[in-house]
Amino acid sequence: MSFKPLVLLSLLLPGVAGASTFMPPAATVTAGEVDSVYAFLLITSLISFIILIGGMIFFVFKYKRKSATDKTAYITHDHTLEFVWSFIPFLIFMFVFAWGWKIYHDMRHSPEGALEVHVMAKKWDWRFLYKNGKEVTSGLDDKGQKAPATMVVPVGKPVKLIMASEKISAGSTDPMDRPVLHSFFIPAARIKQDVVPGRYTTMWFQLDQPGDYWVFCTEFCGSGHSAMKARISAVPVADFEKWLAAEGTGEMTLADKGRALYSSKACAGCHSADGTRVVGPTFKSAWGASRDIEGGGKATVDENYVRESILNPNAKVAAGYPAGVMPTFAGQLSDDDVKALIEFIKTLK
Amino acid sequence: MATATAHHENSNYLNHEKGLWSWLTTLDHKRIGLLYFITVALFFLVGGIFALLIRTELYSVGETIMTAEQYARVMTYHGAVMVFLVIIPGIPAFLGNFFLPIQIGAKDVAFPRLNLLSWYCLLLGAGIALTSLFFGGADTGWTFYTPYSIKHSPAVICMALGVFVAGFSSILTGLNFVVTTHKLRAPGMTMNRIPLFVWALYSTAIIQVLATPVLGITVLLLAAENIFGIGFFDPALGGDPVLFQHFFWFYSHPAVYIMILPAFGVISELITTFARKTIFGYTAIAYSSLAIAAVSFFVWGHHMFVSGQSEFAGIVFSFLTMLVGVPTAIKLFNWMATLYKGSINLSAPMLYALGFMFLFTIGGVTGIFLATIATDVHFHDTYFVVAHFHYVMVGGTLMSIMGGIFYWFPKMFGRLCNDAWARVSFVFIFVGFNVTFFPQFVLGSLGMPRRYFDYLPEFQHLNRISTIGSYLIGIGFIVGLITIIHGLLKGEKSGPNPWGGKTLEWTTASPPPHENFLTTPVVTAGPYEYR
Ligand code: HEC
Ligand SMILES: [Cu+2]
Repeated sequence: MSFKPLVLLSLLLPGVAGASTFMPPAATVTAGEVDSVYAFLLITSLISFIILIGGMIFFVFKYKRKSATDKTAYITHDHTLEFVWSFIPFLIFMFVFAWGWKIYHDMRHSPEGALEVHVMAKKWDWRFLYKNGKEVTSGLDDKGQKAPATMVVPVGKPVKLIMASEKISAGSTDPMDRPVLHSFFIPAARIKQDVVPGRYTTMWFQLDQPGDYWVFCTEFCGSGHSAMKARISAVPVADFEKWLAAEGTGEMTLADKGRALYSSKACAGCHSADGTRVVGPTFKSAWGASRDIEGGGKATVDENYVRESILNPNAKVAAGYPAGVMPTFAGQLSDDDVKALIEFIKTLK
Repeated sequence: MATATAHHENSNYLNHEKGLWSWLTTLDHKRIGLLYFITVALFFLVGGIFALLIRTELYSVGETIMTAEQYARVMTYHGAVMVFLVIIPGIPAFLGNFFLPIQIGAKDVAFPRLNLLSWYCLLLGAGIALTSLFFGGADTGWTFYTPYSIKHSPAVICMALGVFVAGFSSILTGLNFVVTTHKLRAPGMTMNRIPLFVWALYSTAIIQVLATPVLGITVLLLAAENIFGIGFFDPALGGDPVLFQHFFWFYSHPAVYIMILPAFGVISELITTFARKTIFGYTAIAYSSLAIAAVSFFVWGHHMFVSGQSEFAGIVFSFLTMLVGVPTAIKLFNWMATLYKGSINLSAPMLYALGFMFLFTIGGVTGIFLATIATDVHFHDTYFVVAHFHYVMVGGTLMSIMGGIFYWFPKMFGRLCNDAWARVSFVFIFVGFNVTFFPQFVLGSLGMPRRYFDYLPEFQHLNRISTIGSYLIGIGFIVGLITIIHGLLKGEKSGPNPWGGKTLEWTTASPPPHENFLTTPVVTAGPYEYR
């Protein structure tokens, strides 16, 4: 009995241990780590399956009914056995839990100095906005077919995505045209993150192999869901710099656009950029700072905090400042304007 | 035992009263069970047709037999019908209704009128939900995620209200089972002697009673948002779309156990009878059901690892989900140990039980891939998840429904199904199932997202295999249906205990008399006394 499964196992294990059995080639360090957990799970699953189902089949043949009056053993329980088969799975589960946690932690924390790219999802397309104002959208290929937007990134450098969901047409007042959930999934990087309307979500990755990778939308978003794809092209750093500076670059960087809005929308009247206190808190060194919130609690000044402060200023009022003074800019600033202001505040170190 | 004496032999619950009206107003739990059987079977047919349409569309890249808009609807109705109208009521309301009272030696459930009402709730709920088809159909997927589902569309409103009403069916059944189990047990039937099927139904009932109201509230909020434009979930109105997911999964994760716990119960009955052996680890199996029911309320966030919920929440949910794995593993080992030194009869019900173990083991271990947070980030919302929950829900629940039907058929109707044909149905379903869903694990690993109308050309090969498998499953169920109809009309007379079972239902006549037993049984031993 024990012989055959062992042979089978020894045949299967090397294949499985190749780590990415059934998985697309791993393109990031994280993906490699995910594949190690995956390989471990695959092997332990296979062994458990062989024990359980092998055992089941073996018993079925060994103890096949011989006569209508067969007597059977009266075995009600066995504490040792029951302990063993509860405790061993428990240990394995705790082990993979901890392992999975460690990798997940790395997935959630982008390294300092990552290249930041804004990603916009809408029914049913992706759009990428770089800090220098360069925008990448989908287009048409030579055959007139839709060519997905291609985000170009440098090989071996961390890239952080700041993602938002948008309406189909930016200024639309059609109540049916509302931003919905999407999810940004890069199979080769083993990573995905939902894009949630009304807030920014972030994810990061670092592609270590040059090449082109697929991005799929994995949150059902309507009939165009499966057509909602994008490409990521990882190229050597020098090529990336050249591409970033080349044609299609916006007239100004996001931060410059933000600075212009800062003056034109009269933010400057209430917020200084040099540290002096006017009506509201200064923007200087605001980015990343921790704020005491009126009524208790703390908040870090990040993308979501600034966005909320602009669109819904009274949701969180910075302690020591008057509530109800800052007007809401919802409806007056476009999604892209808000991003520009965020990028501007980021630059005020 | 000789409770069925000669002159009572012809009086049973089927001929106790006559005519359609007597069925529509019946308070007999057995008849209500059969009403559920017929309705659930019809819904299964509907859901199954939607399933085959999905697979046919996915046979080739690009548009095959329908448009993307139609596909979104077919997929939604497949999921909603199968979950809310087939798998949730399937075992408890049909097999449970019929056998829970008999297995504990009761004359009926505690509240027969509520029991009948529950059936009408299901019908009404289903009616309302399916009305949505006349409003263009809902295209949200069975999970109704906001804000996509906020479209002020009558179709979504109908679906939500339908699910709301059908939920009462589930609550009432659960309530009935809890009270019946506590109050109506025959003399001597202590809680340590109730069959494991009853334990499973009891644990399920607790979830039904506690979790279903949350679903009710959630879909009502969704309906209110659709009708009145109140911003619960729409960020444009100050709502939170992710809150919907919390609400939805707070019910729908425990609901997964509403779907699978009763199946565990059926399997314990099948394995003991067909191995003619007492169950290994009665207490462990009984209490592991309760443990699963309890923990199931605290794991909903494992559906939301990439939703933007905090890292801390993700870790806690991953941890708790792992804990559910332990009682599940315990059950599998117990069933296997029960086979040891048994006397195993490979009749069709047993084949279904063994098939269940095979498929459920695969469903179970792949659950660990999804509970492990790092791998879940990759697998989430891909075909890997689709394959996983079909291995659990279909491989688990449907296999055990089929096994349970063939097992209890002689008791319900006093006739036997043709075992050979029942086994043929098993072979088709079992083989077809693996052909359909195993490739989906691979597709998911390769990165194919779920709810995809179209896919990359490199995924076509595996999709084709999967589609062919689904036709095999279809054939299997047709063979099963014919076997059942043939058994009803022409089946051999069975006698009270054709399989040599030890639980109480086998001591009464087949079909059982109106109030189950001619004299109330007195219980002196546990349920599986094969000595
Ligand atoms: C009429 C004065 C006024 C104007 C104009 C104004 N703000 Fe404010 N702002 C405030 C006050 C007062 C606060 C602090 C109280 C609060 O949080 O609401 C504030 C808070 C903020 C904060 C949170 C700052 C922190 O460090 O906690 C941000 C970000 C911000 N404003 C951005 C803007 C931007 C961008 C504009 C221009 C589009 C703008 N504000 C225009 C008065 C103003
Ligand atoms: Cu779940």
